[in-house]
Amino acid sequence: MPKDELDLSPKVSDEIRQTTCYMCACRCGINVHLRDGVEGRKIRYIEGNKDHPVNRGVLCAKGSAGIMQHYSAARLKAPMKRVGPRGSGTFEEISWDEAYEIAAGWLTPIRETDPSKLAFFTGRDQSQSFTSWWAQQFGTPNYAAHGGFCSVNMAAAGIGTIGGAFWEFGSPDWDRTKYFMIFGVAEDHDSNPIKIGIGKLKERGARVVGVNPIRSGYNAVADEWVGITPGTDGLFILAMVQELIKSGNVDLDYLIRYTNAPYLVVDAPGEPNNGLFARDGDDNILVVDRDSGKLVAAGDTKRPALSGEVRHKGQTLKPVFQILAEKYSGEDYSADAVAERCGIKAETIRRLAAEMAHVAFKEEITIDQPWTDWKGEKHEKMIGRPVSFHAMRGISAHSNGYQTCRALHLLQILLGSVEVPGGFRFKPPYPKPSTAHPKPHTGHAPNTPLDGPHLGVTHGPEDLQINADNSARRIDKAFSWENPISAHGMMHMVISNAHAGDPYKIDTLFMYMANMSWNSSMNTRGVMDMLTDKDENGDYVIPHIIYSDAYSSEMVAYADLIFPDTTYLERHDCISLLDRPICEADAAADAIRWPVLEPDRDVKGFQTALIELGVKMGLPGFTKEGKAVYKDYADYITNHERRPGVGPLAGFRGEDGKGKGRGAPNPDQIQNYIDNGGFWMEHIPEEAKFYKPWNKAYQDWAVEIGLFDAPQPYVFSIYMESLAKFQLAADGHGDRQPPDHLRQRIKDCLDPLPIWYPPFEEGAVDLDEYPFHALTQRPMAMYHSWGSQNTWLRQIHGQNPLYVSGDICDQKDLKDGDWVKVTSVNGEITVPVARMDALNPKTVWTWNAIGKRKGAWALEDNAPEVTKGFLLNHLIHELLPPKGDGMRWANSDPVTGQAAWFDLRVKIEKTSNPDGVSKPNIPAQASPVGKGPDTLDYGEEWT
Amino acid sequence: MTTLPQTTHKKLGLVIDLDTCVGCHACAVNCKEWNTGGYGAPLSDQDASGEASGSWLNRIHMFEVKPGDAPAQVVHFPKSCLHCEDAPCVTVCPTGASYKRVEDGIVLVNESDCIGCGLCAWACPYGAREMDAKEGVMKKCTLCVDRIYNDNIPEEDRVPACVRTCPAGARHFGDLADPDSHVSKLSAERGGFDLMPEQGTKPVNQYLPPRPKDEPAFNLADLAEPTGQKGLLGWLDNALARL
Repeated sequence: MPKDELDLSPKVSDEIRQTTCYMCACRCGINVHLRDGVEGRKIRYIEGNKDHPVNRGVLCAKGSAGIMQHYSAARLKAPMKRVGPRGSGTFEEISWDEAYEIAAGWLTPIRETDPSKLAFFTGRDQSQSFTSWWAQQFGTPNYAAHGGFCSVNMAAAGIGTIGGAFWEFGSPDWDRTKYFMIFGVAEDHDSNPIKIGIGKLKERGARVVGVNPIRSGYNAVADEWVGITPGTDGLFILAMVQELIKSGNVDLDYLIRYTNAPYLVVDAPGEPNNGLFARDGDDNILVVDRDSGKLVAAGDTKRPALSGEVRHKGQTLKPVFQILAEKYSGEDYSADAVAERCGIKAETIRRLAAEMAHVAFKEEITIDQPWTDWKGEKHEKMIGRPVSFHAMRGISAHSNGYQTCRALHLLQILLGSVEVPGGFRFKPPYPKPSTAHPKPHTGHAPNTPLDGPHLGVTHGPEDLQINADNSARRIDKAFSWENPISAHGMMHMVISNAHAGDPYKIDTLFMYMANMSWNSSMNTRGVMDMLTDKDENGDYVIPHIIYSDAYSSEMVAYADLIFPDTTYLERHDCISLLDRPICEADAAADAIRWPVLEPDRDVKGFQTALIELGVKMGLPGFTKEGKAVYKDYADYITNHERRPGVGPLAGFRGEDGKGKGRGAPNPDQIQNYIDNGGFWMEHIPEEAKFYKPWNKAYQDWAVEIGLFDAPQPYVFSIYMESLAKFQLAADGHGDRQPPDHLRQRIKDCLDPLPIWYPPFEEGAVDLDEYPFHALTQRPMAMYHSWGSQNTWLRQIHGQNPLYVSGDICDQKDLKDGDWVKVTSVNGEITVPVARMDALNPKTVWTWNAIGKRKGAWALEDNAPEVTKGFLLNHLIHELLPPKGDGMRWANSDPVTGQAAWFDLRVKIEKTSNPDGVSKPNIPAQASPVGKGPDTLDYGEEWT
Repeated sequence: MTTLPQTTHKKLGLVIDLDTCVGCHACAVNCKEWNTGGYGAPLSDQDASGEASGSWLNRIHMFEVKPGDAPAQVVHFPKSCLHCEDAPCVTVCPTGASYKRVEDGIVLVNESDCIGCGLCAWACPYGAREMDAKEGVMKKCTLCVDRIYNDNIPEEDRVPACVRTCPAGARHFGDLADPDSHVSKLSAERGGFDLMPEQGTKPVNQYLPPRPKDEPAFNLADLAEPTGQKGLLGWLDNALARL
């Protein structure tokens, strides 16, 4: 255009619709600009919603690529039934009626005979409070989402120790913290809030320390990088704990008021109450009153002893703090002893501990805000210890991850920095005591709903979901002796166990948003074989597979029946307080998605499809007197009540739409959300903003808005008595006894105080043969296989070299572009190399979920994801190598069952790879959606 | 050949904080989605389902820095047109399609005059221009000239798309001719520098250098064990007595 015709005020859009992003798990608010054109109304631009509590206007690369996701050529178009062999990808499109007919034809007989023959696992589902309710009504005990293969160690350790964890549970006090230490993070846990937070810290000049084997992303901008050796985070943390304890840099007042540090523990090895808290006749936990020296109930003195020991009824009792001081003062956890193993100099460990102590105790901050604790004591100020932490998969996806996460919480507690100004802050509905979570349920019977929620927290052997012979009641063996606190289930074990018929066979595997035949499984090749394996009659070992996805993923090829989902801009959803909320430390909040565009294909939001299927099967809760209770998911969101007056959405409740948290269903609720920008937010009163577990004003506010029904103050569990109960059982006490082969492991690993032990794979493979650690990271511009199909994002991370440390490159004479064979005890891959010096010297790594199977995702065969991209998953097994005892030992954390992705050990050798294609090169699947476009010029109609 | 204005009324540009940029590519992708439906021809993508390459106005590079006596570092380096005062891409243009605005110093390509000869991309020492393979015209950062003065956009959002979207707040927009503007002050405070000053292009955009890394936070002695108090438990008794 000529210069003088330059239009400085062009029209942007015809309408802006505000909804919630789903380009990763972060759930930001977005403004979707829609503009009319020759092809009708299309997306002109997506930007962040400035009013939204999660992202405050900013938007990451993934969110900004939503246009390419929405119009992806890989979108499924209609329900399909398989017509070729499993894995081939050959399908025939069918009607929804026929799809429901087929599904009900498999599921109804299961429900009428044995509902546990259905395994229903929902992957990266953001509607778990609904999908779990569906599974409950169906009656199967076999339901979970993807938490077990993701970060359940983080969640379970946090819930058990402090009543919440990082990300959805809470966040650093970004506006006040002065010293921030971040451990390994899956980038979307939490995406934009961490970036916004780091930006704030940088602006204020606050210190950022990154602890990660790889110096990328947040670690690249950290003021200091601690390039730790994978799997040793717990050792590093406990060495810092030793430094703090030895030097007296712990917040004693905090420990006495807010933790179980003074509680007396029975020290009577061999006796049936060894390791439990000492209690009086009224079941009150005992402490020693420092003034009188007498045993009193914990609530009856403000001056309990923290050290020493007492004899009581012939037994020795010690305060938790005394046991803790003894445990961590020893040589095992000294900086000198751990330095080499952690790959961190002892002087660095000591200095970091000193820096933390300095900031916590010499740079204390105060807010002039009076508050009252739950015992009625008034406090004039809020005192803050401005040291904070964040961590995610890097420390949790190990077989020692649960205890490592506990160790990190112990460190925060000793510094007195949890739920204080400048420290770590909970987000509603957390804090929440672990006892307020449901317990797991597996009670099932024909034609009957399950006897309660599937998932939850176990507090001792009595809560395990096992049969009299110790066999697991769930297909994934969650809540069994193998992993007693597997709070999120174990999605990574479902296919393996179902194929092995261990603990039993199933009839139908029903999955949603879980690319199990590719990047969402360990042992990818093995999983493909299990999904296609046939029995002696020529029937598939897993007889039926139903899968729902919006896109032509690798898993689609393995399903018998496909429910095509919508894109995130075509659907109703609720980001619910009953589920995985989006609250902020200062506010409760929830949000919706709504169809800002109508689907142009014969697809339905998966949740609506579940409702229609539930109606067809006549599931309780879904039908009443033969009629549908909810016509679709939007109707459910509006009208479902979990407790009287409490439903999926907390905002705009009641007939007048003014109810906050509580109130009758409001027929206009979704429109009220739309009018409010797609979300609802209620701020926490000033006096209630800190010390939430112990703050009377917070507890009252939480009851008022329906987070819970009565105040539930609690103290932090430095010492976890529930773990001692499992240990006691392993020692032979009690009715429920673990199998003999697990006794020693339970005694060793379920320590009531945080410990470190080597990752299991280190004990199962020859470390001289497999000397290196191998990791994956999620790139900031990708969200699993969804991101790596996106035309714009693919141009950023279209292939994934194996990044090899400078040390290893020098040792093996490797340079960029060379090919290496990477071998683990489970398999081998052949992949391209890139040198990286900002990397732990014993480590190699790559981006996850970039590699794609030929034929999937509507990509061409020359896509670099297909030719050069690869998965490390082929090297990682869901089981540990056989020990020769005939048992199948899961490659998982022994407490929670979390998949130990990051325990992997490998060797690498230079190789020639004449065809330049990474290996294994899996044969193509047919594409039910054809191939994507050659040239794109999106937006051409408006320019 | 095309002439540059002697001076411009303003020098609008970006200040990019390399200490804060986490390398997330938000700016690059948001730029692409804004501009593909905005100024000039779309930013097209070729072999979109295969090897996939397209036109971008902003790309993020990553470099390893190896100090020798300290751990290797990674720097994320977003790069787009720097809207140079002495822009060689303008003076080399045979048709006058490339020009620098007198009002605000923004360097633009008038696509209807662009013959796709590519001289400007050759002349730019920063590699900041990309030829669109479909339209055969030169694409470059417009500093979102169709946003920053746009009456259809709320006033607070009249900034380049990359600045509005940057999650870490590493990108700042303003008038670098005005010494009192927030970008000028920020650049002065933080030692903002010209990219490749030896090229003599006088870039308007400024980069803020990464702060020193891997140095102790404080000059602290290691934590010492409490002395004269019978070790930890002696200290504990004294400390508890003070509570």
